[in-house]
Amino acid sequence: MAAPLQPPPDPQFVLRGVQSAVNALHFCRESQAQGSSLLFSGSQSGLVHIWNLQTRRAVTILDGHGGQSVTWLQSLPQGSQLLSQGRDLQLCLWDLAEGRNAIVDSVHLESVGFCKSSILADGQPCWMLAVPGKDTDEVQILEMPSKTSVCTLKPEADAKPGMPMCLRLWQANCSSRPLLLAGYEDGSVALWDISERKVCSQVSCHEEPVMGLDFDSQKARGVSGSAGKALAVWSLDGQPSLQVCSTHELTNPGIAEVTIRPDHKLLATAGWDHRIRVFHWKTMKPLAVLGFHSASVHCVAFAANGLLAAGSKDQRISVWSLYRPRDSATPFLGESEVGGRHFTAA
Amino acid sequence: MGDGRNAGERLKGLIEVCRRRSWVSLSYQLAASLWSVLLSVSGGQDCSVSFVSRVLGKVCVQGRQKEILGVLVPRLTALTQDSCLWQRVCWRLVEQVPDRAMEAVLTGLMEAAPGPEVLSRLLGNLVVKNKKAQFVLTQKLLFLQYRHTTPMLQSLLGYLAADSQRRPLLVQALKELLETWGSGSAVQHAPLAQQRYISTAILICLAHLGEPELQDRRDELLASMMAGVKCHLDSSLPAVRRLGMVVAEALSSRTHPEGPALKFQYEDDDEVSREMLALATHQPLGNRSEARDPSLAPPATETPAETAGDGAQSPGLPQGSGSGSELDSDDEFVPYDMSQDKVLKSSKVPLYVRDCVEVLAVSEDPECWEAALQALEGLVHRSPEATREVSVELARVLLHLEDRTCLVGFERLRQRALVLVTVTDPARVAEYLTSQFYALNYSLRQRMDILDVLVLAAQELSRPGRLQRPGCYGSPRPGPQSLPAVATPQPGSAAAPDWRVVVEERIRSKTRRFSKGSSRQRLPSGPNDFNSVAGCFFFPLIQRFDRPLVTFDLLGDDQLVLGRLIHTLGALMYLAVNTMVAASMGKALLEFVWALRFHVDTYVRQGLLSAVASVLLSVPAERLLGDLPDELLEARSWLADVAEKDVDEDCRKMAVRALLLLERLKDSLLPASSP
Repeated sequence: MAAPLQPPPDPQFVLRGVQSAVNALHFCRESQAQGSSLLFSGSQSGLVHIWNLQTRRAVTILDGHGGQSVTWLQSLPQGSQLLSQGRDLQLCLWDLAEGRNAIVDSVHLESVGFCKSSILADGQPCWMLAVPGKDTDEVQILEMPSKTSVCTLKPEADAKPGMPMCLRLWQANCSSRPLLLAGYEDGSVALWDISERKVCSQVSCHEEPVMGLDFDSQKARGVSGSAGKALAVWSLDGQPSLQVCSTHELTNPGIAEVTIRPDHKLLATAGWDHRIRVFHWKTMKPLAVLGFHSASVHCVAFAANGLLAAGSKDQRISVWSLYRPRDSATPFLGESEVGGRHFTAA
Repeated sequence: MGDGRNAGERLKGLIEVCRRRSWVSLSYQLAASLWSVLLSVSGGQDCSVSFVSRVLGKVCVQGRQKEILGVLVPRLTALTQDSCLWQRVCWRLVEQVPDRAMEAVLTGLMEAAPGPEVLSRLLGNLVVKNKKAQFVLTQKLLFLQYRHTTPMLQSLLGYLAADSQRRPLLVQALKELLETWGSGSAVQHAPLAQQRYISTAILICLAHLGEPELQDRRDELLASMMAGVKCHLDSSLPAVRRLGMVVAEALSSRTHPEGPALKFQYEDDDEVSREMLALATHQPLGNRSEARDPSLAPPATETPAETAGDGAQSPGLPQGSGSGSELDSDDEFVPYDMSQDKVLKSSKVPLYVRDCVEVLAVSEDPECWEAALQALEGLVHRSPEATREVSVELARVLLHLEDRTCLVGFERLRQRALVLVTVTDPARVAEYLTSQFYALNYSLRQRMDILDVLVLAAQELSRPGRLQRPGCYGSPRPGPQSLPAVATPQPGSAAAPDWRVVVEERIRSKTRRFSKGSSRQRLPSGPNDFNSVAGCFFFPLIQRFDRPLVTFDLLGDDQLVLGRLIHTLGALMYLAVNTMVAASMGKALLEFVWALRFHVDTYVRQGLLSAVASVLLSVPAERLLGDLPDELLEARSWLADVAEKDVDEDCRKMAVRALLLLERLKDSLLPASSP
């Protein structure tokens, strides 16, 4: 006889204090010596909060976008640097080492859309940045930190895929060519070869605009979520060409973001129906539907140690501890897995 | 004495066997004589078989077709298979059967012959050469009789189709069949069995005729089809409508194979219609011989299918085990309970009945409208007082409600809501609904909805335990503390809360039981509320049926509604058993039935008979005989007439049942009255 299913868990803790809708979340990549990890959150009011997950309080607040919403956050693998993209058409590079918080550099963007940028960095001094370009269907590739434009990827005139909605730069290994995965407004996902500046493959997997995508470079498989009801899983074979492997129907339409855990075992989606859905990445088996937020969930992020954070329009950031890998479960002041206490951060 | 009786019966049986054997031996001798004829023919002599034909004719006229042809036909089948000579002998044999015996012989041959090919070998072109045979085969068997089985029809029509000289007869037969099928009076007055027979014959003809022949007569066929479909669909009996639809679909697919197919929506859950559908798609002559050996074909096809299935299974298994190594690592990911993951509902559900009424009446917002309709039932249950304040208005809104957004289950929701409103405030809403039934400018669908709602509401009112709400799944708790389901104030509680389950489990485990007690659930009882309002439901409906309106004429075209009205009145009568107005209702209903008893439409007559039966069941016997003796006598004579002479089988059965009820009534009173 099968054991009865456990009810879905509560968040381990909830971070309050952003005071406006949370639009972007990012866990700090670098490994800290003391073991305290940081969570960056970007809000509608243009502030970037840096949360200390140990004390569960905001350590610093960065204000660099003049009251315009922050749409994307990404930390660079080398050094303590943070990229933040805002709707004030600036992509700012922050230097956060040794307690500083200053904008070191900024890139002026030309697109007024909501498309999040993407980087391809492997610790080298030079790294690549993909941003939405000037025309509505363009993507611009920049070489950083020199900010020189490598190329502009513009679809064919008759293709008309619409605006790029989400981007992901990818490189199979250090020597191969960089590729760009872009999800467009017409529901298709295209694979661009940046050196040749043309589309290698395009697959139409959604009826509605693609809202978020993520890619697992180990298995060469990716997932995309749209404004509709289905998640599409597609794979990249050697040619390279994209193939849709499967689609998974959800209860309610609308996905804001999808993200795959760094150990490639779980997939989390942020839904417009206030719920976070967790799937087993390999088999796409639904594992949990986490309900806590009272408004649309805008972003989800995974930490290296398996913590899941979700930010929502209801101004809260919920942090969940689900299916953590055993070896990296650092005990946080004697927590239990299920039904954790809620700590408030002022 | 017992022995004598047994002996007499055994003797009778023996005589019968001897008689049969004598026929059989006669037929053996006939066969022997035929054989000698053949030998002499092949020897070069002329001879005649007319004697044999006459004997055969006489035997068949006596009714012994089965015995004699049961012997002759298999032999002739075998003999005529290869030999032309025997075929010609056979033809001469049947040609010389005297005219008065022709029908019996042909009927017997058709029953005994295993298929149209055998029949063509045996009969040859008899139908073309002999006038009487032509009349029997193309007129009498198809139009004047309808007792023959489908295989016989298939043999007959297959025989007509087999030869080019006979095919024109088949085409002619189809034309005449379609004329009969399409005539309005036939549809109305012919018994259902005959209509089925003719439709079957049409379908078989269609299966036999080829494309060029059909295309030549396309226009005529189409004209008869249109006329026929109209008559069939106008009928009030669903079986007749279905027949019309099946035949029309087959006709249109054969005459217009290239165009869009005519497709009706009907349920083919009836065996008869399934059989007819099979006929409509049946393959003509070419595959007929295969179809006749069904026992041989399936075992041959089954074994390859089995081996293919086994073959397909084994490669499946290694695939499954290939991914097994990956499955091991997934055991740690145990899914959580996701049953709370439901479709997100917008929070526009109205909380009061008045709000619902307003939203349904005037709202433009489709989501709000849908939410209101779905929540209405729960709200009416929760607050009957509030519903009573707005009952007539709510009934009016629901009656005029249209399915604006293609909501799933719209009809059910609307009907359920109307029934609940009627149950909550029976007198006023029934008065409103019955007055609207006879008002101008309602569609037939709405008038029939009114009738349905009245019956369902009466049913809910009159049954002691009302229907449980779909929300409460708990079993009705027995005993005096049970409140009627309407008043339980727990809307939307689907399952018992967890803590209650735990507590009950604990109690159950700690209680020592000495005996189980009666395990029969006592049904909850409550007062019968239909008593006070039965009159309000019934009498207004019966009052104005003979006054025609501009748009609604019960005694004229709208016979379907009249039939439904009568069925409704019968149901209301039945549900009013043990009420105080039952006697006066019965009197009114019997007068009503008497006025309409010669109505042409079958559905109306069935309704009248069911109404009479419900009067007999509901009105107490003493009141029946006391107040209505004359009406009962008249009814009895009418029922006897219907039971004997009515065209429709169902009507006859119902009349017989009603007569039995009357008899039982009389018997139940007689011992009381006899001294």
